[in-house]
Amino acid sequence: MDNVITTILTKPAFDVEKVRNDFPVLKTKAHGKPLIYFDNAATSQKPQVVIDKLVDYYSNYNANIHRGVHYLSQKASIEFDVVRSIVQKFINAASEREIIFVRGTTEGINLVASTYGRQNVKAGDEIIVTAMEHHSNIVPWQMLCEEKGATLKVIPMNDNGEVIMEEYKKLLSPKTKLVSVVHTSNSLGTINPVKDIIRLAHEKNIPVFVDAAQGIVHSTIDVQDLDCDFLSFSGHKVFSPTGIGVLYGKAELLEAMPPYQGGGEMISSVKFEKTTYNEIPYKFEAGTPNIADVIGMGAGLDYFSSIDQKGAHAHEKALLKYAEDKLAAIEGVRLIGTAKEKASVVSFVIDGLNAMDVGMYLDTLGIAVRTGQHCTEPVMDRFCIPGTIRASFLFYNTFAEIDALTEGVKKAIKLLKG
Amino acid sequence: MSIEELEKSIVEDFELFDEWAERYQYIIELGQKLPPLDDKYKVDENKIKGCQSSVWLHAYSENGKVFFEADSDSTFVKGEIALLINVLSGQDPKDIVDTDLKFIDAIGLRQHIAVTRANGLASMIKQMKLYALALNSKQSA
Repeated sequence: MDNVITTILTKPAFDVEKVRNDFPVLKTKAHGKPLIYFDNAATSQKPQVVIDKLVDYYSNYNANIHRGVHYLSQKASIEFDVVRSIVQKFINAASEREIIFVRGTTEGINLVASTYGRQNVKAGDEIIVTAMEHHSNIVPWQMLCEEKGATLKVIPMNDNGEVIMEEYKKLLSPKTKLVSVVHTSNSLGTINPVKDIIRLAHEKNIPVFVDAAQGIVHSTIDVQDLDCDFLSFSGHKVFSPTGIGVLYGKAELLEAMPPYQGGGEMISSVKFEKTTYNEIPYKFEAGTPNIADVIGMGAGLDYFSSIDQKGAHAHEKALLKYAEDKLAAIEGVRLIGTAKEKASVVSFVIDGLNAMDVGMYLDTLGIAVRTGQHCTEPVMDRFCIPGTIRASFLFYNTFAEIDALTEGVKKAIKLLKG
Repeated sequence: MSIEELEKSIVEDFELFDEWAERYQYIIELGQKLPPLDDKYKVDENKIKGCQSSVWLHAYSENGKVFFEADSDSTFVKGEIALLINVLSGQDPKDIVDTDLKFIDAIGLRQHIAVTRANGLASMIKQMKLYALALNSKQSA
């Protein structure tokens, strides 16, 4: 407990109990025990303000947006449109026109692969990703490469789970048409030197896509400072509803790209002879959008902006250090992912034990962790392991919860080793 | 004993437990007691690969009955295997093909199929039935 005391004495107090009250689900019981939610890298919990916003929309102004002349539609349109500006400010984009609403990070990546990729990648070209990508940032590019006869190149990582920048520099070539990198690894916690990766690519006029699915909640994302060309994130990992996310793209790139899907909203004029397309961002938003969840995401991002983010990130960092130290001290536990720059994600294996068995035992104690490959099979192959137990923390988690986790792990070892 | 009688006896055993934690621990104990599978059967053609765990399943017939032996890298899955083997091993192939295995619902394991979907409890049952079906048609032929 010394760590806790030091933290309290040296860090500006971040009021965990206060923010915990914002999240009703944290009062839930799991198998009759108080819930300890450590599956935040899979999805964050939702604050009451987001839940209220969704209920308010459906209860009081549910209507299809834009072009509706009636009161409800206008109210819904205003609430919807303001979210684009909330997102713009949240990631510091230069313009609202650069914000496209998508279902999530996966759709953001697929959109760029299907439009920018199809337009610009040809036979013999190369696309670069890192060895720690989520399957979502591998498969769309593989599909594009297969279609075009291009090749996917992989920046290797070291035993700590850090990309090897020297190898990256060697991979950049006139054949490279795009670099797509994960900001923060979901299975290792590694925060990549994205700014350097982008700078090096830009020296050779290669655009860079950033998968910020995890990064969005653990770091402050400023797309102009990063100078990334594309960036995508999912609302549900940042206190917002599922089924909604954001694709950011530099305006000049988005303007030059062909549309993604055809339908309503994305058109300017439809004639049987020839259809002309709407301006960005609408060109990429065919059909009735996910109105409720866009509005919910506005509330989620506003909530996150309203709390002390620096304090939140510092608290998460302290939780990470505390958990890593306590888990590593248990005999047989090995941490997977020991990068210098890490988000609050702890992946570990236990000698001789199956990760799922341990996860299921922790579940009986009310502790929610994730086990398996975390949609990063190549990462597991790299470390020659079938899967890990992953505990991921957000600012509403506590040191006492980590104590419960480490005690649970010790008991799991005792029980499962028989 | 018939499949149905064996299922009934498992359900009665599980009725002793109030909490999921107790059922989990019991299944782990069963897994720890499962006789090991001979390494020569731990080959790829016997492997049912899942995202969270793998199962090796070996089947053979003797005197018209089907017998199963299996192993897994997960102790919990081994416990599930032990339950399935208890019910299905040594039965008539036609009975294996026809059974609904109602005990899985009755002992509260169905809620965990969502997890085990990935590690192959459902694929394991399917594979056991396929073996039985193959042996059954071989016998009828």
